[in-house]
Amino acid sequence: MSLSLQDVQRIAHLARIRVDEAEAAGYQAQLNGIFGLIEEMQAVDTLGVAPMSHAQDLSQRLRADEISEPDRRAAFQAVAPQVENGLYLVPKVIE
Amino acid sequence: MTDTIKSLAALLAEGKTSSVELSQDYLARIERLNPALNAFVTVDAEKTLLDAAAADARRASGNAGPLTGVPIAHKDIFCAEGWLTTCGSKMLSNFVSPYDAHVIEQFKAAGMPCLGKTNMDEFAMGSSNETSYYGPVRNPWDTDRVPGGSSGGSAAAVAGRLAPAATGTDTGGSIRQPAALTGITGLKPTYGVVSRYGMIAFASSLDQAGPMAQTAEDCALLLNVMAGFDPRDSTSLEREKEDYARDLNQPLAGLRIGLPREFFGAGLTGDTARAVEEAINQLKKLGAQTVEVGLPNSNLSVAAYYVLAPAEASSNLSRFDGVRYGYRTPEYRDLTDMYEKTRAEGFGPEVKRRIMIGAYVLSHGYYDAYYLQAQKLRRLIAQDFVEAFKQCDVILGPTAPTTAFKLGEKTADPVEMYLSDIYTIAVNLAGLPGMSLPCGFDAQGLPIGLQLIGDYFAEARMLGVAHQYQLASDWHTRAPAL
Repeated sequence: MSLSLQDVQRIAHLARIRVDEAEAAGYQAQLNGIFGLIEEMQAVDTLGVAPMSHAQDLSQRLRADEISEPDRRAAFQAVAPQVENGLYLVPKVIE
Repeated sequence: MTDTIKSLAALLAEGKTSSVELSQDYLARIERLNPALNAFVTVDAEKTLLDAAAADARRASGNAGPLTGVPIAHKDIFCAEGWLTTCGSKMLSNFVSPYDAHVIEQFKAAGMPCLGKTNMDEFAMGSSNETSYYGPVRNPWDTDRVPGGSSGGSAAAVAGRLAPAATGTDTGGSIRQPAALTGITGLKPTYGVVSRYGMIAFASSLDQAGPMAQTAEDCALLLNVMAGFDPRDSTSLEREKEDYARDLNQPLAGLRIGLPREFFGAGLTGDTARAVEEAINQLKKLGAQTVEVGLPNSNLSVAAYYVLAPAEASSNLSRFDGVRYGYRTPEYRDLTDMYEKTRAEGFGPEVKRRIMIGAYVLSHGYYDAYYLQAQKLRRLIAQDFVEAFKQCDVILGPTAPTTAFKLGEKTADPVEMYLSDIYTIAVNLAGLPGMSLPCGFDAQGLPIGLQLIGDYFAEARMLGVAHQYQLASDWHTRAPAL
């Protein structure tokens, strides 16, 4: 498998990371190197092996639907780039 | 400044020193040595001394715990209220945490002052501490060399005796590999033993916090503070509180040490091979037996890890979008432009590479071939350990294939850097506890690490083996001349 420059740009956009043309070539070479390492996996026959997503076989813990946290909105919004009246400000999404 | 946590706690209990005095001594040493090592991102003497004064007051009132007053440094991945918490990234260069991680709460409850926040690879992605936005950490044994990573600042701080102990996190070897490269002792617990609440996430199914100190005994005392159930981490395990120091004095007679043939193959050479061999002989003298075991799928662990960890990272790091906290690009046209520029400017190259790998392996048409296949290999790798532990009590091998390498030596080729963790990654995939302890030096005077791997929840037994080895050796007492 080998990624083209277009593939790199497509992945970068999926990841919401701007990659300019000059950088893309560098990422292409590095990502292809990493995928070279990853390709070793394909040689292994894993027919019938159950995928393991987690180290412990746990079921999701549930709790009562009760308020457990105090209101700390002001403290949490103090570290935000832009807020107004308790709302996070972002560029306009709906015209 | 070569005191262990245990000996400092004794001095405090006997009234021979105070927490304020101790903290001042370490802060002075940090001030003198940190410019050369860059082990700390943030030091705040005023905050540390307030913690210390509170610890002394607590002791005076008769309410001291076993480690009250002993200062400790924290990896900058742990959110600590009122402290800048950067995770080694420009993305969080302005993030003063509004809350404490569970690990930080535990150390506060124990009365242990925070000496500062230690440098690390950006978002814990790296094996040399060279990906930090705040500059590389230097190895106290040779400042032209790396301390390993990602907990490189914590490792250098403990090795250079800038702190008696530090916290670290380990996703693919990030406690054990830097412990090996700096000649200290570090432990990654069984997945789920320490809460991940407030620990900035890299790969959630693999991340686990643990202690880094001079000795196994100190690691046991620190794990007693760190471990515990926390309902805010959905993977935190509800288990009885245990004393991780309970097996420290258990003799090694009859102990079965498993030696995986895959760890002693062609990749293990020179001084590392010799030092590990000598450690095995030492353990045999103490009464242990060895048995050859197989981990036939462990050679696939690096490949599987570089699918699974980036996949989880690409999801976890999507939260850094310039909206709720952290860096936001100054100029943008619209929302997508803001996201893309914020992330392009806020993340360094290694983080971007891993996010892109993750986005790709999870994308339509590639999921089965990469992500699902890697999860199946993870099962095979974990099952190898289950089989191996039928024949032995603890598994032993090298921690890292080489001693500390030079700054810049492996930065050009990510794949070469990834292979630094060839002996540690399988342990994270399986979720087992593992540790590294010093077992010698190479011809250039650089420390060599010995890795022990325990069965699930066998931390106490593993720490006992390490402690018995340290009673019979003095590698862990060696400190670099600084």
